[in-house]
Amino acid sequence: MNQAIDDHLLRVTDAEARWQREYAEQIGSDRQVVNRSGIAIQPLYTNRDWDSSRHDDAVGFPGQPPYTRGIYATMHRGRTWTQRQLIGLGTPDDFNARLRAVLAQGATAISLIPCNSVFRGFDMDQSHFELLGTCGTVVNSAEHMDRALAGVDLARTSCAMNDPSPFTLLAFLLAVANKRGVDWRSITGTSNQSDYLSHYVANHMFFRLALPGARRVLVDHVDFCMRHVPKWNPMSVVGQHMQQAGATPAEAMALTLSTAIQVAQDCIDRGLDPDAFLPRLTFFFDISLSFFEEIAKFRAGRRIWARIARERLGAKDPRSWRFKFHGQTSGVDLTRQQPLNNIARVTVQAMAGIFGALQSLHTDAYDEALSCPTDFGARIAIATQNILREEAHLTDVIDPLGGSFYVERLTDQMEDEILRVMKIVANAGGMYRAVESGLVPKMIGESARRFQQKVESGEQTVVGVNAYVADEDAGARQALARPDATAMRAHLEAFRAYKSQRSQAQVAAALAALARAANAPGDNVFAKVVEAAEAGCTHGEICETLRRELGFGHVPAFV
Amino acid sequence: MDIRPKVLITKIGFDGHDRGSRIVAAGLRDAGMEVIYTPPWQEIATVVKLATEEDVDVIGISSLATDHLIVPKLLAALRAAGSDDIAVIVGGIVPDEDERSLLDAGVARVFHPGASLAEIARCVRELAAAVRARRTVEQELP
Repeated sequence: MNQAIDDHLLRVTDAEARWQREYAEQIGSDRQVVNRSGIAIQPLYTNRDWDSSRHDDAVGFPGQPPYTRGIYATMHRGRTWTQRQLIGLGTPDDFNARLRAVLAQGATAISLIPCNSVFRGFDMDQSHFELLGTCGTVVNSAEHMDRALAGVDLARTSCAMNDPSPFTLLAFLLAVANKRGVDWRSITGTSNQSDYLSHYVANHMFFRLALPGARRVLVDHVDFCMRHVPKWNPMSVVGQHMQQAGATPAEAMALTLSTAIQVAQDCIDRGLDPDAFLPRLTFFFDISLSFFEEIAKFRAGRRIWARIARERLGAKDPRSWRFKFHGQTSGVDLTRQQPLNNIARVTVQAMAGIFGALQSLHTDAYDEALSCPTDFGARIAIATQNILREEAHLTDVIDPLGGSFYVERLTDQMEDEILRVMKIVANAGGMYRAVESGLVPKMIGESARRFQQKVESGEQTVVGVNAYVADEDAGARQALARPDATAMRAHLEAFRAYKSQRSQAQVAAALAALARAANAPGDNVFAKVVEAAEAGCTHGEICETLRRELGFGHVPAFV
Repeated sequence: MDIRPKVLITKIGFDGHDRGSRIVAAGLRDAGMEVIYTPPWQEIATVVKLATEEDVDVIGISSLATDHLIVPKLLAALRAAGSDDIAVIVGGIVPDEDERSLLDAGVARVFHPGASLAEIARCVRELAAAVRARRTVEQELP
């Protein structure tokens, strides 16, 4: 008996030694492989690299802590991810036409991307006319929102809106709901771009209010939604910007989890029950081309969050432990050269997100490195999701890469790396302090430069850019339709007329009440934003009032 | 004669994506140039004032979300201030149709995603040398 086991072990040891010998002989000088997060990657993983006795604790089953294999028991076999493509261009009427087309194709969830002028906190009459509606829809008032959502059943359609602090778009939506007699308690959706910390360090265009004010208004917003719009997800923690700005996948996950801890702690300090708001917390991540690394990033992130929510934040409800996330394929990985190649890139990125067990997905259009996507590009992006979901048999098995020696080992290593970065942030006093001090922006900037050096040196191949370069006209494709200038001018004139015809006394009173709330720490600023929206105040007026009282969202020069 | 180019790297309009402008600013600095860098959202008047006061050779505008559409306004403001000897380059997501209008309006060069830092540095060096040469000629004129 023992002799048989010994023989077997000897054979296995022999086989391993033989493989090592043959590998060394045949490979010649082996290249060093290191993933984007800096983890050295071996040529082969075996059962020596991952101790399967840890299976039950570290991996477990879907829908059960630590959720490594997914946050629901049925995962994509039961319900596939939500296909949530971003829309936003032109006037509210342009948006509405596009929206109705999407809804007619069977979509049940919508998204609204406002114009960059809106992101920066200005109305259309305070903006360069040339820029209006070129990157999103110009929505400046409740009346605009009403037109943008004409014909949409607010009680049955989930609305995701890119709506940074002070959350005027949600305020406009709530005003529209009141006007239409829709109960706020039936309204579902998400305040995307609610994460001011990621805006300060990475995608600054959403950073409207100075850090302390942004911090307070976010908690006011969460508090208000918990009480009055309970099915709304008031907070989406964003790792996407930080990874797009250059953070490695492990850094992006670590910084996002650190942000979630900061926001949750701020809410708890306000007296909110973690089990009341954590089930409504969602995450938003970038999915790069580093396929296995991204899958391991998501598996590790789920595991860490389950532990944090339970042990550190004291949440008792399992719904609070679930790491729900939306993924967007990485635009930075796309190239302007040979743009159709991007369809292949987006497919691989999307697969990494699917195997990473995401809850909702945006696939980039292949032409995003050339301009805002054309209709044609957007259609291929949607078709890519449909093919992956319904033709490729990716959803037949839950966490199909679980148990792979490589994926399990890499998940452990990514977890270690994520925890290492989280510790740096914790030692700096938490995410708020680490952001304010410049530590986080510096970390991201250095990683961005390291990656750029790898591309320029040729260490990281980018097909069509530093390898396989072809003489091809990247611009050979149909031109992008810009918003119709006549329609935009009419929209602007109508807005000016609207402003002059309102009850100015009502507007002034609402803005004065908003300013008072901003200076009274016990008041809820977002409640006053909603009242201002109902009183006919515009987005620019609300932002301007809060900029004056709470400080403008400037960012230092992080170079 | 070897000159040390002086460059302003900035962003106008509403977009806040600054990975590109930060990398280019750091790259040009590493290449030995004098670089003035600003955060995003500069007013056109601020850029003109800064560029003129600092006497830069080249202004680099980074545009990832259509802000390049107001670069012609920047060129007009530079002309109005008598500072149109400064060369203006643009980098980022610029559709071909727009690139043609920018070049027609007086932009010296448009860089697209995938451009290398070496390529950008070479262009800035050449433009700066030409700007300095023109300035010298103008000063020597009676």
